[in-house]
Amino acid sequence: MKDFIQGKAYVVGDSIDTDQIIPAVHLVYSLTVPEERQFYGRYALCGLPEGQQGLPVGNVPFTQPDQFKSDFTFIIAGSNFGCGSSREHAPFALQEAGAEVVIAESYARIFYRNAVDGGFVIPFESRVRLIEQIKTGDELELDTTTGVLTNKTSGETFLLNPLGDVAEILKCGNVFEYARRAGLMA
Amino acid sequence: MAQTITQKILAQHANRSRVTPGENIWIDVDILMTHDVCGPPTIGIFKREFGETAKVLDKEKLVILPDHYIFTEDPHAMRNIEILREFAREHDLPHYFDVGTSRYKGVCHVALAEEGFNRPGNVLFGTDSHTCTSGAFGLFSTGVGNTDAALIMGTGKIWVKVPETMRFVFEGDLPPYLMAKDLILSVIGDIGFEGGTYKTLEFDGKAVFDLSMEERMTLTNMAIEAGGKNGIIAPDEKTFDYVRSRTDATFDPVYGDAGATYFSERIYDVSTMEPVVAKPHRPDNLAKVSEVAGTKLDRAYIGSCTGGKIEDFMAAASILEGNEVRVDTFVVPASSEVTRQLRERTMNGKTIWQVFLDAGCKMGHASCGACLGGPIDTFGRTHGTEVVISTTNRNFPGRMGSKASAIYLASPLTVAASAIHGTITDPREVLV
Ligand code: SF4
Repeated sequence: MKDFIQGKAYVVGDSIDTDQIIPAVHLVYSLTVPEERQFYGRYALCGLPEGQQGLPVGNVPFTQPDQFKSDFTFIIAGSNFGCGSSREHAPFALQEAGAEVVIAESYARIFYRNAVDGGFVIPFESRVRLIEQIKTGDELELDTTTGVLTNKTSGETFLLNPLGDVAEILKCGNVFEYARRAGLMA
Repeated sequence: MAQTITQKILAQHANRSRVTPGENIWIDVDILMTHDVCGPPTIGIFKREFGETAKVLDKEKLVILPDHYIFTEDPHAMRNIEILREFAREHDLPHYFDVGTSRYKGVCHVALAEEGFNRPGNVLFGTDSHTCTSGAFGLFSTGVGNTDAALIMGTGKIWVKVPETMRFVFEGDLPPYLMAKDLILSVIGDIGFEGGTYKTLEFDGKAVFDLSMEERMTLTNMAIEAGGKNGIIAPDEKTFDYVRSRTDATFDPVYGDAGATYFSERIYDVSTMEPVVAKPHRPDNLAKVSEVAGTKLDRAYIGSCTGGKIEDFMAAASILEGNEVRVDTFVVPASSEVTRQLRERTMNGKTIWQVFLDAGCKMGHASCGACLGGPIDTFGRTHGTEVVISTTNRNFPGRMGSKASAIYLASPLTVAASAIHGTITDPREVLV
């Protein structure tokens, strides 16, 4: 886990479910074959209704239609991010598009767990409703060790909730390394 | 200190006498289930982490049930099945249920029950969020991602955070116009679809134990729609009869202690409840059927793990028999066994299958079908602005295919009553 992460914000609403993060029709691509896995980056968050794509204005695709990588590093979300199916393709797609951090008011548990155990994106929790204070395209900087988030565009700073127990897994990179250190696998 | 059934099962599987909500523990897993969407990436991660030639820790504990993208021409979807087939061959897996063979089952959660893998007191994980369905049999079951599944495949273990338990007690006698779907949609509407996040939803009370095993599965299936980690119902004689008729495997039932601490408790009197729907586009967008009656429909859909079991079809058939549907009505049995029963069981001298055909329904193959949209050529998938009433469990934008379609979730009785009118209809209007 990097100590400092900076980049642009992409803002979405409440209860963004996994069908909006990566619609079921795209789940057929291989996650290991490079020519195929890049499509997860292309289609990440494409299930959002157009008006909800990149708040507050909307109509900003997370990944441009002909691209495989997104310009956005941070996803700023409301409550219950990642609800719905157990598909690990969801945090994977965000990572494949180039996102590194999600900051939501709360998460659905399977998404949260997948993000951590697979080491795909770091799921921070905000203490306030950031989606009303940060705009899509704002330049952000996060200190992952202190949880201090700075919006360089507006000059505001916010303190995020500590990562808690899962920080250990995130530091290991994924749950396998964590299990190795716990003596559960060679 | 007194513990809930979920705590006790987790404690046993962690070799401990007690566990406390909030703590992280490593537990032993009895059964791991995966399917055609998440199986191939799980296998990929397993090989990456444990080695190309690594063996799964315990073949008896791995169940692979292709069910999601089965009846499609999509080449990538077909390739996924090929990966499962190859892996099953390589590892000589006893519980792989291949497509296109007599072993093919259909929707994983229904097949787990039918094949006797849901055993009271056990711990079962699956790479599918509706794995909580199995909790109807008094076991701890929940959904995980591919990474966690790969870890279980190689080590037989996984970490879990011990959940707090929310208790839902259903008292009274269930009226004939209500089904388990009405009860669970009411719960989700009441607590909101993140109201149960990280928690156990435990169902209790006379009305729950009056339900058949299939109806109990409808309750636990949708625990996840309130964000729940697992849904659970203590086992009773009905549970044991069902399990013993499906497997010779032994099991140790577990019950909660009297005086266990619950996060919350809600009591419902089912005799006063009403048929309900979840309106688009959230499963907690609750309304009484009477409040939305008359809403014009383009389509009805009966199927999925929560609404495509034989009793769901028997209920729908009781309304469709002798009537004709006014909107396109898609019928998708959850499993091959359900299909077989539709062709065997009869109503007024006709098979149930024939009842649906005569009513004008379109009949599909046992699978997930359009419950999750799926490849473009999936039977029953939406492609435009269809307004659909469905027995499935999710109605997020795009869930059944098109982002522009609108899905109402309801019981099989309500869906059938609505299908014959072409508008949302209270089943009390047509049940005599
Ligand atoms: S029927 Fe629907 S909810 Fe059930 S496992 Fe299949 S896709 Fe998931």
